[in-house]
Amino acid sequence: MASHTHDHDHDHSTLSEMDIRVRALESLLTQKGYIDPAAIDRIIETYETEVGPHNGAQVVAKAWSEPDFKAWLLKDATAAIASLGFTGRQGEHMVAVENTPEQHNMVVCTLCSCYPWPILGLPPVWYKSAAYRSRAVLEPRKVLADFGVTLPESTRIRVWDSTAEVRYLVLPRRPAGTESLSQAELAQRVTRDAMIGTALA
Amino acid sequence: MNGVHDMGGQQGFGPVHIEKNEPLFHAEWESRAMAVTVAMGASGQWNIDLSRSARESLPPAVYLSSSYYEIWIRALEQLMLARGMVTPAELVSGQMTHAPIKVNRVLTRETVDAALKAGSPTERAIDQPALFKVGQQVRARNMHPQGHTRLPRYVRGHVGTIVHVHGGHVFPDGHTLHATPPFNVPVEWLYTVVFNGSTLWGEHSDPTVEVTVDAWESYLEAAA
Repeated sequence: MASHTHDHDHDHSTLSEMDIRVRALESLLTQKGYIDPAAIDRIIETYETEVGPHNGAQVVAKAWSEPDFKAWLLKDATAAIASLGFTGRQGEHMVAVENTPEQHNMVVCTLCSCYPWPILGLPPVWYKSAAYRSRAVLEPRKVLADFGVTLPESTRIRVWDSTAEVRYLVLPRRPAGTESLSQAELAQRVTRDAMIGTALA
Repeated sequence: MNGVHDMGGQQGFGPVHIEKNEPLFHAEWESRAMAVTVAMGASGQWNIDLSRSARESLPPAVYLSSSYYEIWIRALEQLMLARGMVTPAELVSGQMTHAPIKVNRVLTRETVDAALKAGSPTERAIDQPALFKVGQQVRARNMHPQGHTRLPRYVRGHVGTIVHVHGGHVFPDGHTLHATPPFNVPVEWLYTVVFNGSTLWGEHSDPTVEVTVDAWESYLEAAA
């Protein structure tokens, strides 16, 4: 290992070690026939180019535009989301929770990093961080302040801790002044963080 | 296990650092680590609860000082070592010196899309009726199992209200009892329980906060 030095222009000695470690692992598992490198490439490609928050944004924009779809989403999110083609790993059992003037919703996984992959892709580092996981359930209003979000003091905040295989989608409130926008235009307005509950739209 | 992974309500980790325009991966190894971990799940030599258990069983100082994909890789190595799938020397050299064990399935370029699209649903048929219904008050049991559990410490002993009944789901605590296939697959009713923030965090906490957890039936008992 020592003979292999990385000459990066950033300070990441740990990353270099991990780089070597993961390369050795992938090579070993390939030799053993446990993995197919082409499948590894395809998994990465899927989450880099196909599955991400743009999927969830389509779900939200449709719910904002079509009352029947919204009712279905709130009643059976797994089926409603599957109707748009978004299914599978880490989104097998979905629940959608609607923000209202009275209640704001926010999602966390205090025990690990559970996250609705089919509609949001892979979680950002902050979602997996000790700071977010520890504080989201204890002082969500202060966590929201870290994100620059201030809610009226009277708004209830309900934090959903994803401790099972149920995955949560926050349905944000539709921003004012967007009545004339198409679903595609609305989808552009929906951010990843709004669907986690750490932003408003 | 009352491990460091059970982070809800811990203090001292500082503010949440939000990276603007965060890349999906911060180094190439992270992308390979994610995909190798996902692909090795198809080997069928462990289940999702055993893999979570392996991550939270890392030494506390290692868990807290590792990035998330580093935790995944360290746990993956432990899972494979424990099953004789690799040796410590092979992990260092990257060279095979011992024959592989037989695995259930190897994902290929042709089968990977369908596998990701299908996922691994945990809902199962369940014969006995649910003990609790929506609106009912329940207490999270004061329990401290040595093994894997998904009942966070911060709700234990507290009373909340059922807001969802999800059906029968594979029970993680029992799903980790057999380390190798065939696995033990007990099924229990799964609920979502909401707790008042002041119940969990005391009278001086923010009165507008509520917290829910998803809890299997044996985590709960009827309250009053």
